[in-house]
Amino acid sequence: MTQSLHTTIDGNQAAAMMAHLTNEVIAIYPITPASPMGEWADEWSARLQKNLWGTVPYVIEMQSEAGAAGAIHGALQAGALSTTFTASQGLLLMIPNMYKIAGELSPTVFHVAARSLAAQALSIFGDHSDVMAARTTGFSFIVSNSPQEVLDLALISQAITLQSRVPIVHFFDGFRTSHEIAKITTIDDAVVQQLISDELINEHRGRALSPEHPVLRGSSQNPDIYFQTRETVNQYYDAMPDTVQEIMDQFFGLTGRQYHLFDYVGDKNADRIIIMMGSGAETAEETVEHLAELGEKTGLLKVRLYRPFSASALLSALPDSCRTIAVLDRTKEPGADGEPLYKDVISAIAQDVSGAQTRFRTMPKVIGGRYGLSSKEFTPGMVKAVFDELRHDTPKNHFTIGIHDDVTNTSIDWDPAFRTKANDAAVQAVFYGLGSDGTVSANKNSIKIIGENTALYAQGYFVYDSKKAGAVTVSHLRFGPRPIHSTYLIGDGDANFVACHQPVFLERYDMLDKATHDSVFLLNTAESPDTVWDTLPGRMQQQILDKNIRCHVIDAYDVAARTGMGKRINTVMQTCFFAISRILPRADAIDAIKQAVEQTYGRKGQRIIDMNFRAIDETLNCLHQINIPDKVNRTTKKTALVPSDAPRFVQQVTAEIIAGRGDDIPVSLLPVDGTFPLGTAAYEKRNLALELPVWDAELCTQCGKCPYVCPHAAIRSKLFSEEHLKDAPASFKYAAIRGKDYPKGMQISYQVAPEDCTGCALCVDICPIRDKTNASHKALNMGAQAPLREQERKNWEFFLNLPEYDRTQVKTTTIKGSMLFQPLFEFSSACEGCGETPYLKLASQLFGDRMVIANATGCSSIYGGNLPTTPWTTNTEGRGPAWSNSLFEDNAEFGLGIRVAIDKQREQARELLLRLKEDIGDELANTILDADEVDEAGIQQQRQRVSQLKKGLCNLAQSEAQTLTSIADNLCKRSVWIVGGDGWAYDIGYGGVDHVLTSGRDVNILVLDTEVYSNTGGQTSKATPRGTVAKFSAGGKPTAKKDLALMAMGYQDVYVAQIAYGAKDVQTLRAFLEAEAHAGPSLIIAYSPCIAHGVDLKNNHRQQQLAVDSGHWPLFRYDPKRAKKGLNPLHLDSKAPSIPYRDFIQTEARFSMLWHTHPEDAEAFLTVSQKEVTERFEYYKRLSEIPWPAAEETQEET
Amino acid sequence: MAKLNTQYLGLELANPLVPSSSPLSRNIDTAKQLEDAGASALVMHSLFEEEIYCEEEHLLRFIHQQSIGYAEADSFRPVPENYKGCLDNYLEQLSRLKSELDIPIIASLNGVSLDGWVLHGKELQQAGADALELNVYYIAASAEEKSDSVEGRYIELLQELRKHVSIPITMKLSSQFSSIAYFAKLLEQAGAGGLSLFNRFYLPDIDLETLQVKPSLSLSSSNESLLRIRWIAMLHGQVTLSLAATGGFHTVEDVLKALLAGADVTHMCSELLQHGPGRISDIIAELSTWLDEHEYESVEQLKGRISKQHAIDPAAYERANYLKVIDSYSSSPGILK
Repeated sequence: MTQSLHTTIDGNQAAAMMAHLTNEVIAIYPITPASPMGEWADEWSARLQKNLWGTVPYVIEMQSEAGAAGAIHGALQAGALSTTFTASQGLLLMIPNMYKIAGELSPTVFHVAARSLAAQALSIFGDHSDVMAARTTGFSFIVSNSPQEVLDLALISQAITLQSRVPIVHFFDGFRTSHEIAKITTIDDAVVQQLISDELINEHRGRALSPEHPVLRGSSQNPDIYFQTRETVNQYYDAMPDTVQEIMDQFFGLTGRQYHLFDYVGDKNADRIIIMMGSGAETAEETVEHLAELGEKTGLLKVRLYRPFSASALLSALPDSCRTIAVLDRTKEPGADGEPLYKDVISAIAQDVSGAQTRFRTMPKVIGGRYGLSSKEFTPGMVKAVFDELRHDTPKNHFTIGIHDDVTNTSIDWDPAFRTKANDAAVQAVFYGLGSDGTVSANKNSIKIIGENTALYAQGYFVYDSKKAGAVTVSHLRFGPRPIHSTYLIGDGDANFVACHQPVFLERYDMLDKATHDSVFLLNTAESPDTVWDTLPGRMQQQILDKNIRCHVIDAYDVAARTGMGKRINTVMQTCFFAISRILPRADAIDAIKQAVEQTYGRKGQRIIDMNFRAIDETLNCLHQINIPDKVNRTTKKTALVPSDAPRFVQQVTAEIIAGRGDDIPVSLLPVDGTFPLGTAAYEKRNLALELPVWDAELCTQCGKCPYVCPHAAIRSKLFSEEHLKDAPASFKYAAIRGKDYPKGMQISYQVAPEDCTGCALCVDICPIRDKTNASHKALNMGAQAPLREQERKNWEFFLNLPEYDRTQVKTTTIKGSMLFQPLFEFSSACEGCGETPYLKLASQLFGDRMVIANATGCSSIYGGNLPTTPWTTNTEGRGPAWSNSLFEDNAEFGLGIRVAIDKQREQARELLLRLKEDIGDELANTILDADEVDEAGIQQQRQRVSQLKKGLCNLAQSEAQTLTSIADNLCKRSVWIVGGDGWAYDIGYGGVDHVLTSGRDVNILVLDTEVYSNTGGQTSKATPRGTVAKFSAGGKPTAKKDLALMAMGYQDVYVAQIAYGAKDVQTLRAFLEAEAHAGPSLIIAYSPCIAHGVDLKNNHRQQQLAVDSGHWPLFRYDPKRAKKGLNPLHLDSKAPSIPYRDFIQTEARFSMLWHTHPEDAEAFLTVSQKEVTERFEYYKRLSEIPWPAAEETQEET
Repeated sequence: MAKLNTQYLGLELANPLVPSSSPLSRNIDTAKQLEDAGASALVMHSLFEEEIYCEEEHLLRFIHQQSIGYAEADSFRPVPENYKGCLDNYLEQLSRLKSELDIPIIASLNGVSLDGWVLHGKELQQAGADALELNVYYIAASAEEKSDSVEGRYIELLQELRKHVSIPITMKLSSQFSSIAYFAKLLEQAGAGGLSLFNRFYLPDIDLETLQVKPSLSLSSSNESLLRIRWIAMLHGQVTLSLAATGGFHTVEDVLKALLAGADVTHMCSELLQHGPGRISDIIAELSTWLDEHEYESVEQLKGRISKQHAIDPAAYERANYLKVIDSYSSSPGILK
């Protein structure tokens, strides 16, 4: 055996390490939670890290997982060792190629971070739905239950596939294993070399397609031989289980870690057995060990090789004593009489019992159950409940564990208080932090320090919320003398250490529920040690007394500010943890933190190192234990999360999810088909802003720019008559309307939603008006939120209750006018300063009452549709955008389907209208049929006519009248919007986008172009500009951004606009109005600054301006309507580049980083890019100047 | 033919023309052109404290601590294993200049705080710098800060740098001190080897359209040299420091005046940016001619000949000079006008 070394890494990194070491071609595509595997591989290759054979693997990003699978298929056919990484929908897209790869017996390992499939909703979290959907492909399936196993079985799989020729899906649970950091034993390259046979690799290469020894592979077969050839592979599958075991045994010989096809743990004479696979088996193992100590005869069979399913190995691994078996599946197969693993087991046993030589004389009772879908917690209490269920004479079959199913009563109860003793000797620590305060990275660092400096085992798992702005993170860390198998969160009463990194959480979370007796509580607070007790909620005070909790406080923000760390408190809080948790001797711990700081910043920043050292030392001076009084002196006030008049569903479901109690919601309260109400974001008052915009009504010229740019619809304008002001709060501000567009005497107000504003200050940035006597004072200025909150909350409420201004009277083509429309997209969870959301909000204002939205998966589907709430909302009439997300890859087609359905129903309604004309009345029918809906007035009139029609239809007896009633709403204008990011439009969904653009149908495609895959963490797309440093382009993207607009203009009847609202707001407004008015397909490509760009989004507008002025983002509109008038359809809206391209790109880290890593390449890219932007503008200019022949009909008219 | 050589900061220089801190040293080709044209030493472009800090903060924010705590995206940009910062680039350029050029290279550090950046002087020395120019441009904007504490900053910075480097250090100063001569003595005592008089500033300007305040820097003119000449004349003989005249030196006349006042070298920047590195050879030729025509044997002979100590009318460098200027506008008492 070789010497063992330890490292602390997560499951993704473990898989990527082995994959990169043992492959030559790696095709990748980002998808959560598998993206980090591709990112690691790409990064290592970019750093020229070599594989086992001394060469750097090629890593190629594809346009989709289907593309990645195709590329791997090709690479395998050409004889390369090839792999890919994926999850969920990505694996589904690979299925066609997986059949091919398996059918051709091509050795490969796909590493899969198993994740839920999108059904009633998307979920990024872990279960086995995806791998189960791929189980028929002919791939073998090998499963790892922990990061250590991921490393081991990744290697074992690689060895097996070469020997067996059967391709393998090596999977492990998304997030729970892929993202769990654990201390694991590394594998020496020498071990890898001994397991991976060069001879077998050469055989693989020998089978490659080559003109030197050409063959035909992938033929088309007919009824005569297809069947037989399909059976030719049986021998390979039959031989595989023995091969797997041989290699597992060989691995044991080299490392001392033994695996079997099925690993049994527990009592040798167990009568009750659980069979399962995945990370849950770790918890089950821990529980079985605990129950054994209590004398219970229970056992666990862990499945390692799921396909080919070796019935004989399964049966021989089960103890003779086995009487009842529960098979747990982490997947759901609606309509089946059991989930896949259950059926495999029951089939294996049944075949055995009915065979000649039987393992079991009588059939054991076998029940199947579902657990853990979408990373639902799976705890020892649940394992115990399953074993308890097995005691019953008639245990429940097809049960669920972990939820409350009060509809079909599948669930079995469990005891949430049940604990094993596995962590009695461990330290269990829970940290509450903000996503942006560095809590998670500090904890990852702490795990590394402890894992690599002590003999302790370490585990870290991180729970994130669904928001992008103001996200809360909860870190669960365990350190102990024994290997940690607890693949579940630290539960109530378990934590020896609880840290609250943000004082605002005191009122929001019951953090000390997690604390055990004699534990430690660390609080970051600006309160002094003497007064802090009085600021703790009463419930928390009581828990501190009851559980004898030691409390330590630090003013981390003060220490950080004083030591030059700014707002970065991660080092301070990490030092506190080490200082008081006593996991390491204090002095050793501090040395270790300092070493870690030095390792991170190296010689790159002596000042940063000094700063951190100062912060560490100062922390120790400022960390105080507080004296605990002997009694509680505060009561806990629980404020209702939603108002008492909120709809029942919001109270029972939405509010409970917001409160973090979603796990307790029973099945009966949830919708059966994934349908949720709109307008729920307004209930979630997040109070993120430290400062709010304050309006100076006198100074304001009422331009409307502030509500226009607000990413969260948190500042709005409304026009109303003076009579409505009689009950206005005294502090409510308004001003007489200026200008000639609206009647004199009307009043306008610009009002902020104080609890929904995120404090991004973009409204203040865009405000063009400055005080004549004080240039620093604008018509909008930021002011502290706390003193304004209550006053503005009342003003906001009053503002909301003011009537909406008549839409028919609004001058839509002005910014000021368009901002009088109510936004029907509000308070989304997008990042502060998001560059995408103002476009959606604008669309919702202009067309929201008639919109149907098909939304591609990505940022916009997450801030638009990630529960508990949605920003899409309705107007006072109940109308609003109807929104749905189908998939990532199909969104254009999905939207087109919606359009076609509406068109068909509209056509049918018109046919019925004609048929029923006599009954309905000629005039009504004719006015409906001839309606002009080009403006707000026309749209409203048609709605009234259709309403009148529906009333009239009630009195008609014909069945056709009922049919017409059901589809009559389609007689009103419907505005179909197909929305998504550049990853969708340029890459995975481009085929669909292209097809829809040629359809001639009236759809509006809005591409929110951040020039990178934003939602999955900044991977390169074809929209990424040349020279950008992004994931999968660590050395700078070598190719130019795809010109999607130019491609679309080639179709001639497509309306195309390229816009940037922060650079030219009126052009953006016009583009939206023209696109919607265009009767065919429209494409709007919207420049969207994003945090992925590496620039603070307070500069959002400046960045848009720089992008336009440098020529990076020319503004234009291509309107086919102009061609009909004899005008060139292309109209340039921006001037020739007026600043050097360098001036734009040096402001953003996505570009400027390249000067730090590859300065010569950066200059070379810049030279090419500068030439490109200049030439592109010239090209567009010439296109726009081509004389355009008037269309024939126009000529006739003239 | 007169000897042009001079001593500056203990360095033996072929002539008194030393290009000052400017973008010309960023490029090896232009730096070589300066040497070929006769520059006797080269002051590198400045390594700014703000540039170092700004870069560090930028990298912290957007590379090392970019996480927003979101499940799908822990980060947005790859974290490189190694990367070059502005200090690395500066050191590389210094090494390149040292290997490509034969003339002494004076590295330039520009900053105000005592916060670690000054330690980079050690790395500049290790990379081969022959001397350091410490350019402290501190704006004493607070009404609460006394003038001696402002001067104290300069002294502290110099002392800190002195602790870490053994090569000569020259202090590049602004003219805005209440007692320049006294302050010069303090700097001398604190270990300075020379003074460079005076710095020219980026000055804030107001954009009348946007009402924003924006930095501006225009090229110098010969007029500005007079302030430098005056103070060099005043200091010459009062301190033993090397003296460099900088700011507004465009012509051979400007150079000659500085030398006569007591400068050991004259720096040049705007003139070279406007007319190219070759301009140095013209001025050297003109200097040589002037010396010969006026029968000077050497620059050394010329240096400080009209310093305050040696001037025909020493008071002319002081307040009397002011009266003389005013007086030059009044006509002769014998003329009725």
